[in-house]
Amino acid sequence: MSTATDYAVRFETHLLERLARQRVERLSLRLRGDEDVVGLRKHVRERAVAIGLSLVDQTKLITAASELARNTIKYGGGGAAYLDKLTDGLREGVGIVFVDSGPGIVDLTLALRDGYTTGGGLGLGLGGSKRLVDEFEIDTRPGEGTAIAVVKWKR
Amino acid sequence: MERIPILRMGDLLLVTIQVDMHDRLAMTLQDDLTERIVRDNAKGVLIDISALDLVDSFIGRMISNTAAMARVLDAQTVVVGMQPAVAITLVELGLTLTGVKTALNVEKGMTLLGKSLRR
Repeated sequence: MSTATDYAVRFETHLLERLARQRVERLSLRLRGDEDVVGLRKHVRERAVAIGLSLVDQTKLITAASELARNTIKYGGGGAAYLDKLTDGLREGVGIVFVDSGPGIVDLTLALRDGYTTGGGLGLGLGGSKRLVDEFEIDTRPGEGTAIAVVKWKR
Repeated sequence: MERIPILRMGDLLLVTIQVDMHDRLAMTLQDDLTERIVRDNAKGVLIDISALDLVDSFIGRMISNTAAMARVLDAQTVVVGMQPAVAITLVELGLTLTGVKTALNVEKGMTLLGKSLRR
């Protein structure tokens, strides 16, 4: 998998630096096709195992990552994922920021509702992912792009 | 092209998913299974997902759709071996795999299929 550096995401979002002070390491990954989603899942698992997340929390984080990465590709026309190792001094965590410069989400409340989809999917991706992580934040502007930041902390 | 092998045992089809599937591979499996049910005149399909450490909404939908298609083609589907962490995540995500029969392992899945086929 190639890194995100050769794929410029034009959408400028504050979410990329949201947890800058807690960030220890960052890995940039390109999200263009199916195989990139599989690659991302592998990297997320490695990070989650490295900080000692429980098996259930690993699975939740990877599943959320898989849903959001697919959204980035399907609705955002591709983009990048930034995989962060985090620490706040007391605990460690894994953060992922998904960024695309696609059409943006027009109605966020609706998009977060279970069962709502514009793409023929099940409509569980956004709302479902939110339930699987500890922190979830969206920055989206119509016509500019979408960024979603998620974090799972080690309990 | 990459494919997941489908084994035939009498009038049953067996699939063991052992790789982290990308979306196209999941779709190919769904198509292959549907085709094989008809070609082999299969009455039951057993899908072993014990090696899968993730079932997201795409894979979940593939499993549901496969079961629904099999049913329309007069075959029963049983999904076996789901890991506990996967089950917890799946339900929290909002996927319940409605209409899909499940069993804890291959043996129990075979028994279940055997029972429903003898009806």
